[in-house]
Amino acid sequence: MTILSEELRQKIRALLPRYPAKQAVTLPALHLVQDTLRCVPLDAISEIADMLDLSPAEVYDAMSFYGFFRSETNPLGATRLWVCRSLSCMLRGADELLQQLSEKLGVPPGGTTPDGKITLESAECIGACEGAPCVLVNDVHRLNLTPQNVDELLLELRK
Amino acid sequence: MTFEPVLLRNVGVPDSQKLDVYRSRGGYRALIRAVQQMSPADLIQMVKDSGLRGRGGAGFPCGLKWTFLPKDHRGPIYLCVNADESEPGTFNNRILMEDDPHQVLEGVILAAYATRATTAYFYLRYEYGACFRSMQKAIDEAYAANLLGRDILGKKFHLEVFLHRGAGAYICGEETGLIESLEGKRAWPRIKPPFPAVEGAFRKPTVINNVETLACVTHIIDRGPGWFKSIGVPADPKNPRDAGSYGPKLYCISGHVNKPGCVELPLGVTVRELVDKHAAGVWKGRKAKGCIPGGLSMGFLTQAEFDTPLDFNGPVKAGCLGLGTAAVIVFDDHSSMVDVLYNTCRFFAHESCGQCTPCREGTGWMLKITDRIRRGQGRMEDLKILEEIGNSIGIMPGTTICGLADGAGWPLKTAIKKFRPEFEEFIRSGRKSRQLDVASNH
Repeated sequence: MTILSEELRQKIRALLPRYPAKQAVTLPALHLVQDTLRCVPLDAISEIADMLDLSPAEVYDAMSFYGFFRSETNPLGATRLWVCRSLSCMLRGADELLQQLSEKLGVPPGGTTPDGKITLESAECIGACEGAPCVLVNDVHRLNLTPQNVDELLLELRK
Repeated sequence: MTFEPVLLRNVGVPDSQKLDVYRSRGGYRALIRAVQQMSPADLIQMVKDSGLRGRGGAGFPCGLKWTFLPKDHRGPIYLCVNADESEPGTFNNRILMEDDPHQVLEGVILAAYATRATTAYFYLRYEYGACFRSMQKAIDEAYAANLLGRDILGKKFHLEVFLHRGAGAYICGEETGLIESLEGKRAWPRIKPPFPAVEGAFRKPTVINNVETLACVTHIIDRGPGWFKSIGVPADPKNPRDAGSYGPKLYCISGHVNKPGCVELPLGVTVRELVDKHAAGVWKGRKAKGCIPGGLSMGFLTQAEFDTPLDFNGPVKAGCLGLGTAAVIVFDDHSSMVDVLYNTCRFFAHESCGQCTPCREGTGWMLKITDRIRRGQGRMEDLKILEEIGNSIGIMPGTTICGLADGAGWPLKTAIKKFRPEFEEFIRSGRKSRQLDVASNH
C-alpha cells in the first residue's frame, strides 16, 4: 500500500519532462502532496524520493528548509489563513488583526481549529501592501481587513 | 511633456489578461517585428542602448548582463524569471502578472530570443496564486497562438515556458538561491564566481531577470531605446561610473498614507511628491516621521529627507543602501521607531537562510536585542552592539555569500543613526512598547 495515489503519481510524473534533472520536481511534488493530504507524511517523502531517484534525506532536506510544509503530526486544516505582519501591515493593524483572529478561532498562530477547518498562521510580507492589513486564504489575497469584515471572512471559511 | 504610463496602461482595462485584448492594444507587435526583422544581437544592442537597469533591486544594466553569456554556446541556455517578489512593501510584479500577464510574457519571449534561451522558468512565489493562474492562462493562449513552443511565428525559434512555484522563502529572490531552489534543493545562495551567465540553472548558462525588467524590454523593443532614454534621470557626465536612471518605474507606496498603491512615474520622483501627490498625503492629517525608500532592506529616510529623488543614486546619497525595489513604506509621527525596527529585525531573522554564520547569528541577535528594548529591558550599550552587528554582516564587510545580511544591516544602522534620540529616550524611560498589548503571544 502506497501513500501516494496513482493520480498523484501521474501528476508528479507529468512534470518530469519540464526539467533536465529529476530533482527539480521536488518542490512541485511536495506542493501536490500537501495540497491533497494537507501535510507531507514521512512515507510520502520516501515515495517522492523513489520517483525522483533521490535519497529520502535529500527530499527532507529541501522540504524542511522552506517551513511551508507540514509533517503528518501537524497537518493543515482545510483552509490555511495567513496573516501578514510585516511592516506595511503592522503599521495598519496587523498585530491587532492576528490577535483578534486568534481569539475568535480559539487557537494560537500556527494552530488549527478543533473542527479541522482553519489553520491560522502569521506570515512575512505577502506582497499586497496596498491593501494592508491583508491576509492570504490559501493562495488568494484578501485586502483591507477591518475588525468588522473579519467576521464575514470567518463565516465564509467556516461554511 | 506629460508622462504617459506604459507598464500599467492595460491595468483596469476589461479582460486585460486576455490575448485578444492585449493584441488589440498593440501587444506582441514588438515580438513579431523582432522575430521577423531583427537578430538577437540587434535586440541586445537596443536594450544596452536604452540604459535599462534591473528593477529587482540591484540595478544592474540588463543588456550588459545578457552579454555575459558565453558566445556560441552549444547546448541549452536557461532564462529564469524572478517572480519571487518578497521584499516587504513591494507588489508591482504582482500587479503586472495578475492584470497584464501577456505584457510580461512578451518580454520573456523577447529576452529568450535575444539570449537564445530555449527554456524559461518563472520562479513564482507561492503566495501569488492569482498570478499563477493568470500567467498559466496567458502561457496556454500563447502556445495556441504559436507565440510559444516550436517554430515560433514560423521561424527557427523555440521556447518552452514553465511556472515553478516557490514555498515561502525570501532568499529565493536572490538569484543563485532561486537557482538552487528551482533545482529542488534548499535555497542556499552560491558563491560567485561562477556567475549564473556562465554556470547557472542545472549548471548551464542562465539569465535571470525580474518581471518588471522584462516588461520594460517589451516597450524598449516596441518604442525604441531613444524613447526609454528620454525618460528619467540622465547619467552624470562627470561620473563615468553612473549608468543613469532611465525609463519608467513602478513605485509602490504603502503604510500610513491616504491612498496606498502602485504608480508608474519617470525614475527620479521625490518621496515628497510620491506621498503628497500620488498617495494623497499622510493619513489622519498627521505628519510623516520617515519612510523606507525602496523595500525594507534599503534602510530609513527621515521626514527631513523626503526631497530625496528616487532614482538609482538618490537614496545612496541619503545614506541608504540604494533604490532597491522603489517600494516606499511611510510611517507617521505617532509611530515608534522601536516597533518599526523590531518588526524589521524579525523579518530578517526569519528569512536568513542560515548558511553563513554572521547572518544567521547576527540577525538572531538583532531580533533578541530589539525585543529586549521593546520590552523595557534595553541597555544603552545595546545600541552600540546593534551598530556593530550591522557593520559586520554582509557582502560589503565580506562576511557573507549573499546580500541578505547587508539588507538586514542597513535598516538597523540607519535607524540608530537617524533616530538615535528616540531610541535613547525609550531605553532610559524603561517603558514597554504599546504594541506588546496586542501582540504578547506572538
